[in-house]
Amino acid sequence: MAIERVKITRRDFLIASATAGAGLSLGLYLPLGNRQAQAADTIQEVNAWVVIEPDDTVIIRIARSEMGQGTLTGLAQLVAEELECDWSKVKTEYPTPGQNLARNRVWGSFSTGGSQGIRGSHQYVREGGALAREMLREAAAEAWDVPAEECTVSASVITHRPTGRATTYGKVAAAAARLVPPLEVELKDPKDWKLIGRPVKRLDTRDKLTGKQVFGADLQLPGMLNATIKACPVFGGALVTFDADAVREIPGVRAVVRVGDDAVAVVAETWWQAKKALDALPVTWDEGPNVGVSSESIAQMLDEGIAADEAFIGNQAGDVEAALAGAAKTVEAVYSYPYQNHATMEPMNATARWTADRCEVWCPTQNGEAALAATAEAAGLPASQCEVYKIHLGGGFGRRGAFHDFVRQAVTIAKQLPGTPVKLLWTREEDMLHGAYHPITRAKLVGGLDENGDLVGLRIRISGQSILSAVMPGRLSNGADLLTFQGLLPEGDHAISYTVPNLLIDHAMRNPPIRPGFWRGVNINQNAIYMECFLDELAHAAGSDPLAFRRKLMAEHPRSLAVLNAVAEKAGWGQESGGMHRGLAVCMAFGSYVAACAEVTVDAGGKLKIHRIVAATDPGYAVNPQQIEAQVAGSFVFGLSAMLWGECTIQGGRVQQENFDTYPSMRIAEMPHVATIVMPSGGFWGGVGEPTIAVAAPAVLNAVFAATGTRIRDLPLKNIDLRAA
Amino acid sequence: MAKLTVNGQPADFEVDGETPLLWVLRDELGLMGTKYSCGIGLCGACTVHVDGQAIRSCVVPVGSLTEAQKIITIEGLSPDGSHPLQQAWAELDVPQCGYCQPGMIMAAAAMLNENPSPTDADIDSTLTNICRCGTFNRVRSGIHLATRLNKGGRP
Repeated sequence: MAIERVKITRRDFLIASATAGAGLSLGLYLPLGNRQAQAADTIQEVNAWVVIEPDDTVIIRIARSEMGQGTLTGLAQLVAEELECDWSKVKTEYPTPGQNLARNRVWGSFSTGGSQGIRGSHQYVREGGALAREMLREAAAEAWDVPAEECTVSASVITHRPTGRATTYGKVAAAAARLVPPLEVELKDPKDWKLIGRPVKRLDTRDKLTGKQVFGADLQLPGMLNATIKACPVFGGALVTFDADAVREIPGVRAVVRVGDDAVAVVAETWWQAKKALDALPVTWDEGPNVGVSSESIAQMLDEGIAADEAFIGNQAGDVEAALAGAAKTVEAVYSYPYQNHATMEPMNATARWTADRCEVWCPTQNGEAALAATAEAAGLPASQCEVYKIHLGGGFGRRGAFHDFVRQAVTIAKQLPGTPVKLLWTREEDMLHGAYHPITRAKLVGGLDENGDLVGLRIRISGQSILSAVMPGRLSNGADLLTFQGLLPEGDHAISYTVPNLLIDHAMRNPPIRPGFWRGVNINQNAIYMECFLDELAHAAGSDPLAFRRKLMAEHPRSLAVLNAVAEKAGWGQESGGMHRGLAVCMAFGSYVAACAEVTVDAGGKLKIHRIVAATDPGYAVNPQQIEAQVAGSFVFGLSAMLWGECTIQGGRVQQENFDTYPSMRIAEMPHVATIVMPSGGFWGGVGEPTIAVAAPAVLNAVFAATGTRIRDLPLKNIDLRAA
Repeated sequence: MAKLTVNGQPADFEVDGETPLLWVLRDELGLMGTKYSCGIGLCGACTVHVDGQAIRSCVVPVGSLTEAQKIITIEGLSPDGSHPLQQAWAELDVPQCGYCQPGMIMAAAAMLNENPSPTDADIDSTLTNICRCGTFNRVRSGIHLATRLNKGGRP
């Protein structure tokens, strides 16, 4: 059978690509007989990453999810840089997880967490752009019957230098799509980048200003019903019974359904009707084995871990016990960090349509492929008969990546109403009670100083919860959760920023029955507080300036030292502060080097005002500096909201905070000025969305000490009286 | 039965008068730009205007409103996204995820109706919307830029 590349309609593309089989990374091969499938609405897929329409519109495919962090624009910049296209004509689209599965994962990972969007895919997306560029150049050269080397490309225009003839990408895209791609392509030298490194505007702003942007919660499908759900508020509990007859007569109610072992949902014509009925529904729960779990019982568990004999070692050097025994002075402190909820502004939601042979889901997700797997499992269908359509997220922060409980629930509900699309939207209260919480830990730190005030030994015992053991046990290393040591490891993307001659950092894993999850920054949130606040304590005990004390330990950490020096210099560390009290912090996380200097005042009534934070980040390469600046300031809001007010306390085996009245978040009045220094030193690709969250809280807490003499070792700050003692 | 005037258009609904305005806008009118987030009037994602004043539509029963009152949602703030705040927001790339931004813009627009040149202190005391992405500093810059645009300035 003759095979030829043909233009196909977008609808045919979706169908064909779902059946095209493996490995067709450069488009679809269809039998000639399908030529009639051509229509005015054609797409010209040069390769998996690049589609160019006849009017020169460039559609760049984005596998990772946009949740506010700007990765959509950054990834498009990477492709467009190599493609040499006209940036003003760039649009983006998401390929679906089903297409990725059908095409042998041509788009790679869809996972959008761990600040991986750019740093995890820069190589292959740039290669995708470069390969497409070479195919477009070749297509023009073939049409002109000239060597491709004589043709230059710029801003979607191909020019034959000797004759001056020119054409555009849109005119040759169909021909380019038929070419065999080059086996290899050379990527640009970073010094030749024109688009990477430029503070271009985001591609997704306009619709967010007019209400047009559709989030998962806003989805509307013909014939769609609305649902809301209540799962047993006690972790590990189960649903016993519910009295559907009591609410069946409420206007709009269409169904009251059991959802798995632990939840009940009402399906109605409108969401408000569903909520009213669910509020009125008599439900009996079996509260299960965890009803006696409380913040106090968890604290006891963690205290026991602090003193335990056995622990997993994360970082070790020299002989810490001997060093501490021989120290001229030792300092000891215990710090703790509570549970946090992601509290995305858009509560969890998913829309599902189930039939006996197909299940479709529309949802905000940080990992489309994981959402597809959850869909298939709940639907009882092979993944090839399921599809997930990703929608922009109203916040993710880690909640919508590793867990797709909301997808499973939506499918389980839809399965009980075959053929009818059902949108499940959680209430805020449900969202607060069924989170994947930032894990709880505490740490005991002991430091030893010699006669010169130099740090000769440091011992850190972390006690508390492991995320991996609950979420991804396959990623444990001989039982140890190395992620627990983020920011404290000997090497890698989360390396410690100091060299201490005698060092022991270990983790006594204690896992309360509260579901932990990845929460923006993950374990650097507390580890940076433990390390950076305790170093401040040590500096004081040594009679040293906190900057000078750190510098002495950083000779082998030049990039960390560079960001620390940058914030100290810009903030004017050691100089007249105009009544401000300053604090420092530095950390390496997610492959980037970050530091902060906070400036605060605390008035006589104990009221804290954070005036300014000077921040520096070295992410290696900075793809879009203005978006990095937005992520730095934004990460501070997330980290400081937690530091100021964030805690989920447990009583009776359930979370006590159900809304923003008891789980407050920062507002504009509390927002400090943020001065961001983006200082890419080149040669590596670090993350941006998360690293800086680590340094906001410890820098502020160290500044609070400078202002008040009070060491804050237990968070959140709302529980501490800062009035002068 | 409720009668409302939304974005200049009359609209009749068969709903319980206790139904919050938010859910009438979303479920009955399909105006999905106004967002649900907390449901208790704390976060501001559901902010709309009633006779030019910012209200949190998730806690306003539709039965408490009359058709004489002018309700404006984000979809009706300007015909083409050209309100000075929308221009300023575009110029400064204010939104991140964007979910809170319709409410943020409506709250800021109501403030500018009352106070065309707000100081930072005015902004702090008036704008109490929650944004978990942390867009606040650009929100503040956006309001000041919109003020200049209102006076005939350029972005």
